[in-house]
Amino acid sequence: MAASEPTPSDKTVVLEVFRYRPEEEEEPTFQRYEVPYFEDWVVLDALNHIKDEIDGTLSFRWSCRMGVCGSCGMMVNGDPKLTCAAFLRDYHPATIRVEPLNYFPVVRDLVINMEDFLEKMTEVKAWLVPKEEKPVSEGEYRQTPAELAKYKQFSMCINCMLCYSACPVYGQNQSFLGPAAIALAQRYNLDSRDGATEERADVIFSHEGIWECTFVGDCTRVCPKNVDPAGAIQQAKVSATEDWYRSVLVPWGKRNVKST
Amino acid sequence: MDLLQHDILIVGGGGAGLRAAIAIGEENHDLSVGVISKVYPMRSHTVSAEGGAAAVIKPTDSLDNHCYDTISGADWMADQDAVELFVNEAPAELTQLEHWGCPWSREPDGSVAVRPFGGMKIERTWFAADKTGFHMLHTLFQTALKYNNVTRYDEWFATKLLVHDGVCQGVVALELRTGQVRAIAGKGTILCTGGAGRIFSFTTNAAIKTGDGMSLAYRAGVPLKDMEFVQYHPTGLPGTGILITEASRGEGGILVNKDGHRYLQDYELGDPLDVSDPDHPRKRTMELGPRDRLSQAFVQERQKGRTIEGEYGDYVHLDVRHMGEKKINKKIPFVRELCRNYAGIDPVHELIPVRPVVHYVMGGVHTNTDGETPLPGLFAAGECACVSINGANRLGSNSLTELLVFGARAARAAVRFASESPGIAVEEITAQAAQEQQRIRQQFFQPGNGSESIAGIRGELTKTMEAGAGIYRNANSLQETCSTIRELKERFDKVELADHSLTFNTELTAALELEYMLNVAEALAHSALARRESRGSHQRTDYPERDDEQFLKHSLAYQAEGDPRIEYLDVVITRWPPGERIYGSK
Repeated sequence: MAASEPTPSDKTVVLEVFRYRPEEEEEPTFQRYEVPYFEDWVVLDALNHIKDEIDGTLSFRWSCRMGVCGSCGMMVNGDPKLTCAAFLRDYHPATIRVEPLNYFPVVRDLVINMEDFLEKMTEVKAWLVPKEEKPVSEGEYRQTPAELAKYKQFSMCINCMLCYSACPVYGQNQSFLGPAAIALAQRYNLDSRDGATEERADVIFSHEGIWECTFVGDCTRVCPKNVDPAGAIQQAKVSATEDWYRSVLVPWGKRNVKST
Repeated sequence: MDLLQHDILIVGGGGAGLRAAIAIGEENHDLSVGVISKVYPMRSHTVSAEGGAAAVIKPTDSLDNHCYDTISGADWMADQDAVELFVNEAPAELTQLEHWGCPWSREPDGSVAVRPFGGMKIERTWFAADKTGFHMLHTLFQTALKYNNVTRYDEWFATKLLVHDGVCQGVVALELRTGQVRAIAGKGTILCTGGAGRIFSFTTNAAIKTGDGMSLAYRAGVPLKDMEFVQYHPTGLPGTGILITEASRGEGGILVNKDGHRYLQDYELGDPLDVSDPDHPRKRTMELGPRDRLSQAFVQERQKGRTIEGEYGDYVHLDVRHMGEKKINKKIPFVRELCRNYAGIDPVHELIPVRPVVHYVMGGVHTNTDGETPLPGLFAAGECACVSINGANRLGSNSLTELLVFGARAARAAVRFASESPGIAVEEITAQAAQEQQRIRQQFFQPGNGSESIAGIRGELTKTMEAGAGIYRNANSLQETCSTIRELKERFDKVELADHSLTFNTELTAALELEYMLNVAEALAHSALARRESRGSHQRTDYPERDDEQFLKHSLAYQAEGDPRIEYLDVVITRWPPGERIYGSK
């Protein structure tokens, strides 16, 4: 995200932006804005230019402009993207269509309502439930680099919601926990310090949707942080299947959803 | 207007705010906590912190070492009682975060790993690769989810403190989704709103860092302390200001000028060791000097014509190539990602262009070591507060630890205060909130107000801050900045909003933020003008020496009619008498 504009550009690019103000409009519309084109501008720079110089009424979320806060996810030409990491040069000279993320209720313009995800995070217990309690005075839990590596990838989720916008199952059925929530559950399931895998499994498999996930893998494709939620979902499924066999064949045995 | 009520209110859902919320949950889960945040908590700027968090852990280190590094790094402006307490509580706080699941990087035996950072005698920076702030924030947010006594007000924007009978009793806040303005009462209110880097044009800080809590307190008569001390981080990407973490130097990266010369050796930062030397990087030396000194060295190097000219201003090079691809991927993967995305270079093979960039405000809401402000019922913690442990220059990796230690302390103090509270003056504060709603309506929704634009005023503000109150300042530059701010404040009254919608009106929040920024900028520039000495990050070309006789004192800026009133408070010195800051000695 460029803080300052370099040498003036004689090139421009057109953005077609989804507009919806619930108090004023019944139906969403698209508005066209022509903005200067710079090689190192991202879509978010163009939106900020619109906001500051052309049309103060356009609303969207953004903050860190460096791909880590997760605020600025939108559909760019139909693909879910962090707009702070989507460069104009990858689209120019074609028109760029900017819309709110798919499958979420629109609050206004490019702002979606993501409360559903927040509730799901709580539901899957996306926090560490220690296997053994110990006081802080006894120091850290030991965790080797190999143990850390097991879950590290799934801990990189920035909650940007791009994966939900790419997920055909979530598109059909919003009760599906969805890629990020399951990846976060798996992040803790795989953590050597955690002991709540079973509780989380009960939540994950009581929800509709997970069996419909056919490993299309679009969630993983669009993830800006390489979290691989599709992999997390498949891991969870495999362990649940193992768990089912174990409960049928060895009903007296302890469930072990941790093995993957 | 209905009143929403909690025992404790927290304004800000970043690291300090969430640590405070959890501390209250731990203390007494019957207490109701409200966390008001203008963004979803995991969007808070703590998320962008990269390098790490300091706490003594190695048997070869000591609490006194951490104290000395912090105090000398602060150019003796830190309160030594606060520093000692901070250093003592730091290891337990970081261990606590480990118990909550923070994925700290590890040694082969499973213990927590540490890395060296600038201005430190010995490595004591805990890290989670180079996304430490991200992992800390998400760990705190996810941990906070399990406390049922915490009610979140996500995307609620605080516009005013409610003060009755000399006691802070909550805030007025605007719910972005609906546009409703509500009074939210608390027997104790903790400001955890972060810094104000956005008042400068070139900053590492996220868009949300507009000094909201500082300004809320200032307007309620609470002084802002040591605002003249602004940290420039020596290594930001030109153009965007995106931070390239100090960890890149902690892991061995070097700074070179246009001739490939490691210029820091010319600025009393010691002698360079070859990058292949097993002792490189040497602590408190060269690239591991403190941030203020490194940023000042850049400016002098530029004056000598030894920096490189670029489209976005002059820069030097950070070279990490000798670390090799494997180590870069393991220790500073985010640096590689950021360089590839935003500078179009791969640091494995290429030099990283860097220049100093506004990173952190050492000053903030005046508090004691329990986070108490002079206004009863109001507390503050994190970057928006000034305890002070950071003095004239914060040491890298102390701020993440600070928000844990003081977030928790402020929470405990607020709980004590609330337990003795006589209750909320419901009628009075509801009336105040109604008035505030009126003010917002009149100021921003009356058509025909004027022709000023938010972006216009904001652009001029950030420009005058950079020009007049940057790395080197003097009376002339600061006076000019002060008078520009005065004009901009007048012009602000003529801002006309195009958006009169109630639903997620980001033009309105941008206007409210600009108003906050003007307050903070005013306090900062006037405090800088009044400090006629050079110390740490505050360098006056007209007063180049440190003057302990007159200025071993914290400044306190009070809002007043016209210009702010500046008062002073002695720095607390206990075991470390003021001395010379020496870097680069054996």
